Amino acid sequence: MAIKIEHLNYIYSEGTAFEKHALKDVNLELPDGQFIGIIGHTGSGKSTLIQHLNGLIRGSSGTIYYNGENIYSEGYSMRNLRSKVGLVFQYPEHQLFEVDVFTDVCFGPKNLGLPKEEVEARAYEALRLTGLKEKYYKKSPFELSGGQKRRVAIAGILAMKPEVLVLDEPTAGLDPKGRDDILNQIAKLHEEQKITVILVSHSMEDVARYVERIIVMNKGKVMFDDTPRRVFEHYQELETVGLAAPQVTYLMQNLHLKGWPVRTDATTVEEAAAEILKYCGSGR
Amino acid sequence: MLREITLGQYYPADSVIHKLDPRVKLAGTILYLISLFAFRSVEAYVIATLFLGTMIYISKVPPKFMLRGLKSIIFLLLLTSIFNLFLVPGNTVLKIWKLRITDAGIETAVFMAIRLVYLIVGSSVMTLTTTPNDLTDGLEKAMGPLKKIRVPVHEISMMMSIALRFIPILMEETDKIMKAQMARGADFESGGLIQKAKNMIPLLVPLFISAFRRANDLAMAMEARGYHGGEGRTKMKPLVYKSRDRMAYLVLLAYMAVMFAVNRLGLVESFFA
Repeated sequence: MAIKIEHLNYIYSEGTAFEKHALKDVNLELPDGQFIGIIGHTGSGKSTLIQHLNGLIRGSSGTIYYNGENIYSEGYSMRNLRSKVGLVFQYPEHQLFEVDVFTDVCFGPKNLGLPKEEVEARAYEALRLTGLKEKYYKKSPFELSGGQKRRVAIAGILAMKPEVLVLDEPTAGLDPKGRDDILNQIAKLHEEQKITVILVSHSMEDVARYVERIIVMNKGKVMFDDTPRRVFEHYQELETVGLAAPQVTYLMQNLHLKGWPVRTDATTVEEAAAEILKYCGSGR
Repeated sequence: MLREITLGQYYPADSVIHKLDPRVKLAGTILYLISLFAFRSVEAYVIATLFLGTMIYISKVPPKFMLRGLKSIIFLLLLTSIFNLFLVPGNTVLKIWKLRITDAGIETAVFMAIRLVYLIVGSSVMTLTTTPNDLTDGLEKAMGPLKKIRVPVHEISMMMSIALRFIPILMEETDKIMKAQMARGADFESGGLIQKAKNMIPLLVPLFISAFRRANDLAMAMEARGYHGGEGRTKMKPLVYKSRDRMAYLVLLAYMAVMFAVNRLGLVESFFA
């Protein structure tokens, strides 16, 4: 039960003057239940990569296996794949169209051809999982705030009960509180539903706190693929490709340079604080 | 899937034609089209062909692109040719059942086909060598005198350039929303006509909303920068005729003169025929 990507290449507008090699020989294995972050600078190919996962884009060459089955083989049901790999696009609130929130969330499961009761049960469950208050369910999605709209859009995907949830920049354009709310909700979802979550972002800070594995994309290639701790060790290389490690990494590195014998691999503020306190405690 | 469609078919190249003032190209295209329809003789078409061929050669745009525009009128071309072939009265050349092909019919059909093809290719020379923005600039300047009779020339050209500017943005947006809805199991391909139309709702509603939002944002941004219509507005790159533009007008004039001279007889004939 996993997604396996082998030698995937993708070229935009092949054979024209606008040709662009967006993915170059990508090999990845995304096992079930992982919480994965995909990070890369704008144009690094991360959005292109995730659109391959549910078959919206077909690779120019290479293969993708979902649970051992080649998704490019003849007769493979892309619709089925799309219900298993839920993809939440950037600014997903722009896809809302129904008269009220609840009906909009029903759109996905309805397309799966489920009976009405099942559709509504799923929509209800999905909305509950995103933490949207019940009083909004019958409102027009266009009356809601940005953060609320985004929850509705995420619920629209969750209602299809995907086994893998892919989110492209789920926090783009939200204020800090909205950002933390959404990310916490996603982390909770991963914990409770035991689904694979793939979080695409260009912010290390966002991702470091939640994920167990980080894939760094650069110019269409996989640059690093490791635990956050190990990836941030390469903070200097990350900078050369327009990314940055979390601020605590810099703090700890600087302290270390100043002669404090602290460990430099803290990835969150809490870890860093504990490490500094430990040093201060032992120093006195 | 939508990426393939290109609108505003500008083909970048470094040629004299590309550098010409858009007004010259507009005037040239109009004069050329008039010449196609006003003069009717074999000699005239030979000259028109030579002129068009030379322009295409100078423009450095691959002829393949010039001919691309013909695809859309191929049906019209066939239809008019067939009608002309069978319906123009004259001396019968061939009779199939009740349909008669006349000598005048063949002549009209061939001339009509040539006119249509040259019309499309001729205007392609302009659209392929002029960016949409230059074109609207040229139109605005060329229509300037109409301001005196209260035609909102500036507003029209501003609307045109905004519309052109938004075509690629809206296409990208369509692509994105389509994908987002496909990720939710939407199906845009199968089903009958009514079902297909219904299936477009999840695409069209968000698309219209985003178009309105963008229009609103743009209006705000324009006002924030002090836009207040065309009154007293200056241009970063004002259109000024250069010597090559004057040369181009001379070439055009010469072309029209030659056409007229060659066709005087033909014209007289067709008037009294």
